[in-house]
Amino acid sequence: MNFQHVALSVALVLATQTSWAADEAGTVKISKGPVHVERASGRIDAPVGTRIFSSDRVITGADGAVGITLRDNTLLSAGPNSIVDLNKFVFDSTTHAGAIDATVKRGTLSVISGKISKASPESVRFSAPGMSLGVRGTSFVIDAGS
Amino acid sequence: MLLFVAGLASIIYLGLTAQPTSTVVLLPDADGGVGSVEIRSDSSARQSLASPYSNASVTTRGDIVSRVDDAGQVLQRYAQTLSVRPKAPVSFMLLFEFGSAVDIAPAFKPVLNQLLAAIADFPAPQITVIGHTDRVGSQADNDRLSLERAETVRRLLIDAGIQPAIISIAGRGEREPAVPTPDDVAMPENRRVEINLR
Repeated sequence: MNFQHVALSVALVLATQTSWAADEAGTVKISKGPVHVERASGRIDAPVGTRIFSSDRVITGADGAVGITLRDNTLLSAGPNSIVDLNKFVFDSTTHAGAIDATVKRGTLSVISGKISKASPESVRFSAPGMSLGVRGTSFVIDAGS
Repeated sequence: MLLFVAGLASIIYLGLTAQPTSTVVLLPDADGGVGSVEIRSDSSARQSLASPYSNASVTTRGDIVSRVDDAGQVLQRYAQTLSVRPKAPVSFMLLFEFGSAVDIAPAFKPVLNQLLAAIADFPAPQITVIGHTDRVGSQADNDRLSLERAETVRRLLIDAGIQPAIISIAGRGEREPAVPTPDDVAMPENRRVEINLR
């Protein structure tokens, strides 16, 4: 990571905290069985229409499953017994610059990548216990086990 | 002593068997193509996947084991996860007259009807109206013009009864031409507004 990268990261972080802070990262489109979101303000049920924000943790129960569309058209779905942390989501709808950082702590997550992955694939990072992955515009499943 | 032996035995067991921890499975794209993913274990082993249904697991030892599975096995194993994938977003296009953010009405009606029909298929529907320009003029001017075009269409959608809360707008300027051209080339196909429904 050179100086320019650091400067860009700092700029992205500042931009997030100022103009984009209130923007949602995505929205729950399908919700089956027990699905919850944990954030600093507490734990909420997550039916269809629930807005998802950067730093949210999404949790599904034993027979729960959830589908989430992110603002850059990334499509996510988590199967039963899953814990997924959306550590970071930033998206500029003019330039398509942005970042996605998500961790599958437990269970399964399917991903169909969106506009950020196309414009800046180096800023898309998914991880699971023992691994992280870089993505070149595609569809995949991460299985973090139980 | 017994505890020590049991402990030693389990250490040897873990060391020998190298249980998988996390697995990544590459799927084909909806259009039949396939992208790629690169897996990196915490101990810096690397593995790229580029063929459909290939997968890679990181073991408890930190190495990566890969193989290609049968499509049916993969789809069955992850059926519950894949069954809740959100519907793929769809886009509708409107062309604009040169330099104008206003002269859109004749093209609007059929697109509106298609959009209204499609909205019914999307749970918690959201719309992003995205303006585009051709490459005549400066980038800053085109950013502004593309946003004006998007705003014009946003107002038409609201007039047509779509809830303002589900509509956002974006101006892509000249960054995403439908037909690539050199700078300063007038190209009607690039003067457009995309209505993206997700």
